[in-house]
Amino acid sequence: MEENKRLVKVPTMAQMAANGEEPEILFWVGCAGAFDDRYKRVTRAFVQILEHVGVKYAVLGTEESCTGDPAKRAGNEFLFQMQAITNIEVLNAYNVKKIVTACPHCFNTLKNEYPDLGGNYEVIHHSTFLQQLINEGKVAVAGGEAFKGKRITFHDSCYLGRANNIYEAPREVLAALDADLVEMKRSRANGLCCGAGGAQMFKEPEPGAKDINIERTEEALATLGTAGKGVIATACPFCMVMMNDGVKNKEQEENVQVFDIAELIAQAEGLGK
Amino acid sequence: MIGIENIVFLLVAALGIGLFVWQIRKIRKNVLLGRDVELADNPSERINKTLLVAFGQQKMFKRMLPAVLHLFVYVGFLVINIEVIEILIDGIFGTHRILGFAGILYSGLMAVNEVLAALVIVACAIFLWRRNVTELPRLKGVEMRAWPKMDANIILIVEIVLMVALFVFNISDLKLAQLRGAHIAGAYPISSLLVDALGSDEASLHVIGRVGWWFHILGILAFMNYLPSSKHFHIIMAFPNVYYSKLVPKGKFTTNPAITQEIKAMLDPSFQPPAPELDAEGNPIIQRFGAKDVEDLTWKQLMDSYTCTECGRCTSVCPANLTGKLLSPRKIVMDTRDRMEEKGEHPAIYHPNHYKEMGVERVDVTEEKTLLRGYITPEELWACTSCNACVESCPVNIDQLSTIMDLRRYLVLEESAAPASLNAMFTNIENNGAPWAFSPSDRFNWADELYVPSKN
Repeated sequence: MEENKRLVKVPTMAQMAANGEEPEILFWVGCAGAFDDRYKRVTRAFVQILEHVGVKYAVLGTEESCTGDPAKRAGNEFLFQMQAITNIEVLNAYNVKKIVTACPHCFNTLKNEYPDLGGNYEVIHHSTFLQQLINEGKVAVAGGEAFKGKRITFHDSCYLGRANNIYEAPREVLAALDADLVEMKRSRANGLCCGAGGAQMFKEPEPGAKDINIERTEEALATLGTAGKGVIATACPFCMVMMNDGVKNKEQEENVQVFDIAELIAQAEGLGK
Repeated sequence: MIGIENIVFLLVAALGIGLFVWQIRKIRKNVLLGRDVELADNPSERINKTLLVAFGQQKMFKRMLPAVLHLFVYVGFLVINIEVIEILIDGIFGTHRILGFAGILYSGLMAVNEVLAALVIVACAIFLWRRNVTELPRLKGVEMRAWPKMDANIILIVEIVLMVALFVFNISDLKLAQLRGAHIAGAYPISSLLVDALGSDEASLHVIGRVGWWFHILGILAFMNYLPSSKHFHIIMAFPNVYYSKLVPKGKFTTNPAITQEIKAMLDPSFQPPAPELDAEGNPIIQRFGAKDVEDLTWKQLMDSYTCTECGRCTSVCPANLTGKLLSPRKIVMDTRDRMEEKGEHPAIYHPNHYKEMGVERVDVTEEKTLLRGYITPEELWACTSCNACVESCPVNIDQLSTIMDLRRYLVLEESAAPASLNAMFTNIENNGAPWAFSPSDRFNWADELYVPSKN
């Protein structure tokens, strides 16, 4: 198989600028996408898709820095604006027009909160981007793993769903898999948070009866049913962590896997590891 | 014919309306304690939203049964109020059913009124049942102390009594007309079934009719003056509150321009931040970062608290509350109103609710006379996941999350009182550009050894 694959050299904005080029899109990787071992696999899957369809893209590489979202949600407006203003300087210096990101928190911050500070870009979440690729026929969703009949339930990210009214894009991406898509009772606008938003990701929960991710995982497991194996699909790095922890807590790793929608598409497209 | 009864009525009505206006002015003053914020943009979008969400009750229909029952009461309130106009005219000028000239229209209105009045009675009875017998979970909680509970029951019972008074007035009127062989304007599908319920003594029927009429109008005047002290004030506030609600995506939180100026000055020594605004005595106004007390919130956030119906939809979908944490978005809103009325003016009937006095132990408030800590504790604020479920669920577009965030900002920016793990996260972002302790030079390592199938 070695001869059938090629090594990807991920282009950076700095290289592009040095060559006097501008990419069509900037792929904003995000801190989880860059550092979290599990979510790095999502980043890689998404880059495989970008390479596969031949989009002219670039990343910031080591020039990227936290958007400031966790600081802002935790109440640290000062640190948020420090991050935002320095990021905007970098983005504007590269004349960035269009940003795609796999993180709903980065997406929300870049799209909604950067304009007030001088950062105006077209910002697209990877669920919408993947939906476009599928609609345009650039991704055939064929040649790889078959998902036909497999039970998948989609967990809505708050910062994609309620925060930005994106409910259908990830579902349409999953629909392309021809899988058995089942909805949790609390979905779309009524979706239950995974428990990580508002900077909860970085702290212990306040005292209570139960952890939120356990409540949500129980709902997802009940929806998938006890009959067989299933997938919890997410479109957010924090949801991914919380649902994975929940599945582990319920000792269901054997039966239920948590995947990002980009990973599922990469698998179905046969883009391998 | 204008007699002594009409003069008494005129005085009573003027007094009732005057008292109401006096209370509204107090509430206006309270709301204006809040910081100014510009919310007049996009009037056409705001009008549409008001028509859909406030007039059209759009968000109520997420839960069918209460939506339909509430619709009866809401439409009943709107339509029966047309009759109140007639009652006022009749009362002042000593006329009798002055709008009767409208013929078939009048008959239709009276008939619809009777049906609606009956539906209002049924709906209120079911609401009382849900509140006191089946004890719907969302109608309970630490913030639902003695006053909010009593308030809800008072309103439901008063509404039933007002509707009964309307029927008593109609029945006696009908029976009198029947006994006298006279024609009476209007159609009365329900009262005509009960026409013999009050006997057939003309003198006493006349008295009963007058008592029913007086009771209905005095009840309405009293009810109007009760509103500012009650959750039922939503029948007025829902409309402006929806009109001024957030039009931008829910995920967009406010940006503090004062902080932007500070950062720009830090990054660029030549940057001249604008001079701070001066107060009446010429001293610069030092703005707090975030909110510690009601005057740090915006007038819209204060208006939110006067709009709250205490229905608990927000709390019932809050992930923190669902899993046993202290946070209840409804409590945040109710506390804001209590604190505002403690600090500012208070309406005719004022019931401050203090958790300690109510024997609620879990909310560990202090003696501080501020919204933060005196009413709302950091533990509640730190339980929020900012998921916007509360905002989404609110039928009158209250933004509970914005208040939570402003209180958090005060804790962090003015007191550096974030939980230790969040302070560690801040330090990581400052030093590494990521919320975790990874070296920024490793940020691009994910791209190592990445392959794709070659197309050939």
